[in-house]
Amino acid sequence: MTDIPLEVRSPKRRLGDLTFGATARGAGLLILLALAGVAVFLTLKGLPALGAKSADLDAHANFAAYVWPLVYGTLISAALALLVATPLAIGVALVVSHYAPRRMATALGYLIDLLAAVPSVVYGLWGIGFLSPKLVPIYEWLADHVGWIPLFKGPASTTGRTILTASIVLAIMILPIVTAISREVFLQTPRLQQEAALALGATRWETIRLAVFPYARSGIVSAVMLGLGRAMGETMAVAMVLSASGIVSVNLISSTNPSTIAANIALKFPESSGLSVNALILSGLVLFVITFVVNFAARAIVSRREVSR
Amino acid sequence: MNSTSVRRIALPGIAALVLGLSLSACGAGNESSSDDSSSGGGSLSGTLNGAGSSAQQAAQAAWTADFQKANSGVTINYNPIGSGGGVTQFNSGGVDFAGSDKALDASAGEIDAANKRCGADAIEVPDYISPIAIVFNVPGVKSLNLDPDTAAKMFAGKITKWNDPEIKGENPGAKLPDLAIAPVHRSDPSGTTNNFTDYLSKAAKDVWTWPAAEDWPIKSGEGASGTSGMVDAVTKGKGALAYIDNSQVGNLSVASIKVGSKYVAPSADGASKALSVSKPQTGRPASDIAIDIDRTTTADGAYPIALTSYLIACPTYSGDKADLVKQYLSYVVSTEGQQSAATAAGSAPLPDNLQQQAAQLIDGITKS
Repeated sequence: MTDIPLEVRSPKRRLGDLTFGATARGAGLLILLALAGVAVFLTLKGLPALGAKSADLDAHANFAAYVWPLVYGTLISAALALLVATPLAIGVALVVSHYAPRRMATALGYLIDLLAAVPSVVYGLWGIGFLSPKLVPIYEWLADHVGWIPLFKGPASTTGRTILTASIVLAIMILPIVTAISREVFLQTPRLQQEAALALGATRWETIRLAVFPYARSGIVSAVMLGLGRAMGETMAVAMVLSASGIVSVNLISSTNPSTIAANIALKFPESSGLSVNALILSGLVLFVITFVVNFAARAIVSRREVSR
Repeated sequence: MNSTSVRRIALPGIAALVLGLSLSACGAGNESSSDDSSSGGGSLSGTLNGAGSSAQQAAQAAWTADFQKANSGVTINYNPIGSGGGVTQFNSGGVDFAGSDKALDASAGEIDAANKRCGADAIEVPDYISPIAIVFNVPGVKSLNLDPDTAAKMFAGKITKWNDPEIKGENPGAKLPDLAIAPVHRSDPSGTTNNFTDYLSKAAKDVWTWPAAEDWPIKSGEGASGTSGMVDAVTKGKGALAYIDNSQVGNLSVASIKVGSKYVAPSADGASKALSVSKPQTGRPASDIAIDIDRTTTADGAYPIALTSYLIACPTYSGDKADLVKQYLSYVVSTEGQQSAATAAGSAPLPDNLQQQAAQLIDGITKS
C-alpha cells in the first residue's frame, strides 16, 4: 500500500473503486429501504384500527383515547430514565476519560461496555426479583413523609413494581451506550485546547467545563438520543417489571401505572386477534413517529446552537 | 437554513433513529420446527402441527410425549402462541388443530371462518378444564372463606382492608390484620381473567358490573404478566389478592368460595362437577360443544370458577393426516389422556357426559 505513485491519476475508474462505491451506496439505500418498508407496513396494517370499536380497543372509545395513556407512559418512563442516566453516564465517562489512571480507566470502560451485553430479559428478571422488593421501604417512606407531592402520593406499591422502578431499570440499561459514546467524544477533545486552559490557570473542572464540554456537546446529545431511543423502545424489561394498568397518572410509586407502547404490544399481542392487532400495530407507528420527531428535534436544537455561536 | 445544515441535521438524525430502532427491536421468533425424521415403531407416522392456548401448554406437552412414545413415527408440535393466534392460524390453514381458551366467537365470524377452512362444520370440543384459585398473602392467615359478593368487592376495591367487618363476619376465627388489600390482575389478556370476570359478573352481579373480558376491566390495582408474574406479585406483596390457575398455587394461601350454603376450596373434582351440571351453548353447529359454566350453581361440592379450554379441528383431512388427527385427539379426551394432563398440569378431568360427546365427535373424523 505504501508504493502507490502519486502522479498516476488515471481518469479511468478502477474496478475496486467502482465495486466499493456501489456496495457502500447500496448499503446506504438498503437502510432507507428498510426504514421505508417498516413505515409502510405499520401504516398499511395500522390504519384499519382508526375505525375500531371499543371492544377491540381495550374499552376505549377511539384509537386516540387508547393510545394516549401509552404515549404518556412511554414518554414519562423514558424521560425519568434519561434524568437518572444522563448525569451518571457523563460522570462515568469523565472519570474514564479524564480522572481515572489509565489502567483503571480501561478496566472501568470494559465493565461499562459489558453492561450493554446483558440481555434485556435479564434486566427484567433483576428488576422484578431484586430491585423492586428493595425499593418498597423507600416508596413507603416517600408516601409517608412527602406524600403531599403528587409524584409520591400513596398508597405505595407493596411489590415495588412501579413506573419509577421501571425507569431506574431503563436508566441502567441505557447507561452503557450513553457512557461509551460520551467517553469517545471526551477523548476526542483537542489536547492543545485542554492544555491551553490548564496553562491559563484553570482547574481540572474548569478545563472540562471550558474546553471539553463545548466541544463534546453535540456528541453528548447524540449519546443521549440513542439512549432515549432505547428507553422508549425497550420492551421486555418494562413488560416484566411494570405493574401496568393503562391509566394516566403522575403518581410514580403506586401499583397503578401507565403502560408503555412497546410493553403493551408485547403483553397484548399473543392473545389478540382481528382489529385489536391493527390497533397494536398502529400504536407501533405512533412510537415510530415519536422516536423520529424527538431525534429530529434534538438534532435541530444542537445544530442551531452551533450555527449561532 | 442552507442545504448543508439540513444535511447535518437529517443524516445523523436518521442514523440515530435507525440505530435506536434496531436497538429497541424485540425479536419474537417462536416458530416451532417441524422435524419428521424419526421413524420406526407404532402404526402411525407423520407430523401434526397445533397452536393456540398457552394454558394448555403443560397438558399438550404431556399428551404429545405420551402419544409420541406410543407411536415413534409421529411428531406433534404444539405452539403455545395464545388462543387468538391459534384460532387465526387454524382458520387460515396454518395448523392442523388449535387450542383455545374460549369457544369460537360466532359474532366475530370465527365459526364461519373455521367452517370455511374445513369445508364443513368444524369440530370444537372441550379438552382441558382448570380450576382457578383465589390466592392471597396475609401474614398468619392460611385460609379464608369468601362469598362471591365479598370477593367481588375486594377485587373491585370496595373493601380495602383485610380486617373489614364483612370479611371478619365470614371468618370469625381468623386473625385478620389492619392491612390494605392489594388486588393483583393479569396485565396481559388471558383466558383466566375472562373466566374469573365471567364468574364475578354472574355470581356477584350486584357488585361486579363489568362484563366478562380477557382484559381486566378496572384501571386500578397491581398488574402482573402471566401466571408466574401473578405468583411473584402475591408472594412478595403483603396484603396481595389474586386469581391464578389452581395448579400454580404452591405454598400460597387459598380462599374457599361460597357455593350454595357451603364454602368450597378449589379442586379438580369440584371443577369437573361444575362442568357436569353446566349446559352447552345453544345455536351452534352440532359438531361444536361450547360450555357456559354455570357460575351460580348450588350443586354440592361444585367449584364454579374454572377455565374451559377447547380443541378445534376439522371433520375431514386429506390422506394419512385424518387418522393421525383422529388418534391424537381421541387420546387427548380419553380417560388416560385426561388423567395424564391432571398429573402433569393439575387440570380437572372432563366429566363423563362431555367426554363421551367429545370422543364421539372426534371419532367421526374421516379422510376426504
